[in-house]
Amino acid sequence: MALLEVKDLHVEIDGKEILKGLDLAVDAGQVHAIMGPNGSGKSTLAYVLAGKEDYRPSAGEVLFDGRDLFAMEPDERAAAGLFLAFQYPLEIPGVATMTFLRTALNAQRKRRGETELSTPEFIKTVRETAGELGIDQEMLRRAVNVGFSGGEKKRNEILQMALLQPRLAVLDETDSGLDIDALKIVADGVNRLRSPKRSFVVITHYQRLLNYIVPDVVHVLSQGRVVKTGGKELALELEANGYRQYQEEVLA
Amino acid sequence: MNAKVATIKTAAETALAQAFSRARGRLPGDEGIAARREAAFDLFAEQGLPHRRIEEWKYTDLRALMLDAKPLATPPDAAAKARAKQAGGLLGDIEARRLVFVDGVFVAELSDLSNLEAGLTIGSLAQALSEGDPVLAAHLGKLAPANDIAVALNTAFMGDGAVIRIASGATIERPLHLLFVVSEKPAATFVRSLVVIEQGARAMLVESHEGPAGSDYQVNAALELFAGDGAHVDYVKIIGEGADALHVSTMAAAIGAHARFNSFTFTTGGAVVRNQLFLRFDGEGTVAVIRGASLLKGRQHADTTLIADHIAHDCQSREMFKAVLDDEGHGVFQGRIIVRPHAQKTDAKMMTQALLLSERAEADNKPELEIFADDVQCGHGATAGALDEELKFYLMARGIPAAQAEALLIQAFLGEAIEGIEHAGLREALMESIANWLRERN
Repeated sequence: MALLEVKDLHVEIDGKEILKGLDLAVDAGQVHAIMGPNGSGKSTLAYVLAGKEDYRPSAGEVLFDGRDLFAMEPDERAAAGLFLAFQYPLEIPGVATMTFLRTALNAQRKRRGETELSTPEFIKTVRETAGELGIDQEMLRRAVNVGFSGGEKKRNEILQMALLQPRLAVLDETDSGLDIDALKIVADGVNRLRSPKRSFVVITHYQRLLNYIVPDVVHVLSQGRVVKTGGKELALELEANGYRQYQEEVLA
Repeated sequence: MNAKVATIKTAAETALAQAFSRARGRLPGDEGIAARREAAFDLFAEQGLPHRRIEEWKYTDLRALMLDAKPLATPPDAAAKARAKQAGGLLGDIEARRLVFVDGVFVAELSDLSNLEAGLTIGSLAQALSEGDPVLAAHLGKLAPANDIAVALNTAFMGDGAVIRIASGATIERPLHLLFVVSEKPAATFVRSLVVIEQGARAMLVESHEGPAGSDYQVNAALELFAGDGAHVDYVKIIGEGADALHVSTMAAAIGAHARFNSFTFTTGGAVVRNQLFLRFDGEGTVAVIRGASLLKGRQHADTTLIADHIAHDCQSREMFKAVLDDEGHGVFQGRIIVRPHAQKTDAKMMTQALLLSERAEADNKPELEIFADDVQCGHGATAGALDEELKFYLMARGIPAAQAEALLIQAFLGEAIEGIEHAGLREALMESIANWLRERN
């Protein structure tokens, strides 16, 4: 059974249908790339999976490890092992990064019936993880994402992912706005976490990221549907020929 | 006299008049004080309780909100004193010198008057009034505006309070904590305190008010604070009254030149609260940080009214007041910055922000600038809004449950004001108090 199963998913936002019957199945251990032009519904898919308010399905279902995802609140989804790396990570003035990370980690552990980490255990874990990802300890002393550069915000997302150890990570255009060095750090962080039990859905507009995070499966999303599925070579073909043919196929 | 009495209409006004006529003969003080009491009461008798057509009381219609006037509190018995030992928990482990007032009366046996630091003098107002202490002639009523009805009632009925003097150049390391506790009786207390911090002295003063839930007692407190040139003063007022209490308090301060003045008022208690702050910048080059936070729920009403009066030049004041309003909580902030003609180079900025957690909550903001000098930097800003749903979603997407996510955001909102308090222990105590408030909310 697939870890994530999206079946005929329809989502309307403000009365406009954005996802129009999307199907997707991601097995444990796989990396799926979802590529598509602007406005094809990529970010909507990310938000609907994470449970953002107003991103409610009008039809279809999503099963996460066999459970109905839409019966779960966003925090329950996170504790069950779903992680969304935001395209635009938010700044939270007044909330210290360490407080945020510890609250999130312990809330998930508590919900799963695991013991909460003590402060020294937590600090040790964060320092080690940040060190592995090449994240400056100074970043950890600031409020969440406040005063961070675009690259630092994305790295902070990867740090959160590495700490929370999700079963499925959805990366929403994590490559946008990154220079090549930052991109490598992010990709390296993802690759370190790849394991037979963990899956990734990498949403991107460009093929570039997929040079560093090599996918098992590539999907083309256009006008709210998956219009083509293939191997990693499909990403290269899109890079060469663009999305035009898929947009036209749907229109035809 | 008859004409004045004729304007008294409400039950509360009538009861206050009766209480005054019964008490006038036994209230402490010499003839001069008695005359001041009479004059103050006459002003009240003439004008009555302030109501919404009085601009300063527009949002806090005391005539409507004060349904009756409670009898004057009687001195605490042994049981009341015993209960008061449990009070002051909010300050936790802070090593402060406590001065405890129960039902408006100084209780020496609950207070710490031992080993007073050099330069520190502590007495009670009742004693100062009875003995005709010269400090009163020099300071009493010099700062609290006599035409304010809340102050007038306080002057008419004042029974006890603290009289503190910190001599020139003295540094008092231990915070001084004036703890006003009301026992179960639904009575009225009128406390009046005087604090004189002389030139170059340093001190931290905490004024806290608390009492039982379920008793609709009434508190009218006033404190006049004189900070001399070069003084360094931290002042924190905590209004943690019982849920049914009516609390009206006034803090009036005059601050000398090149001083540091840092104040914070924290309001979580009381059914109706009017918190008045009147600050006068008498000397040049002073820096003041004036902040506050209110957390209101149920049908609580809390009004913070601030006047920062810049008389001298080159002073800087920073005002920041935050309110978190749940249920039908009603927060009011009226802030006026006055810059007098000679107060050139004044730099004053006032910010007020309300966070509404319920659609039935209400925030009223009335910022005012009155500027009579031409070379100044003054500004004010006000915001009111709900919790940021985007931020809440971000936190929830990391596994943090909704209530905890809201709590984190509310703590962050208030934290910005609280971080202005210099005393680390007190900052932690207030954050803990906020955490408790948030736990009770859920």
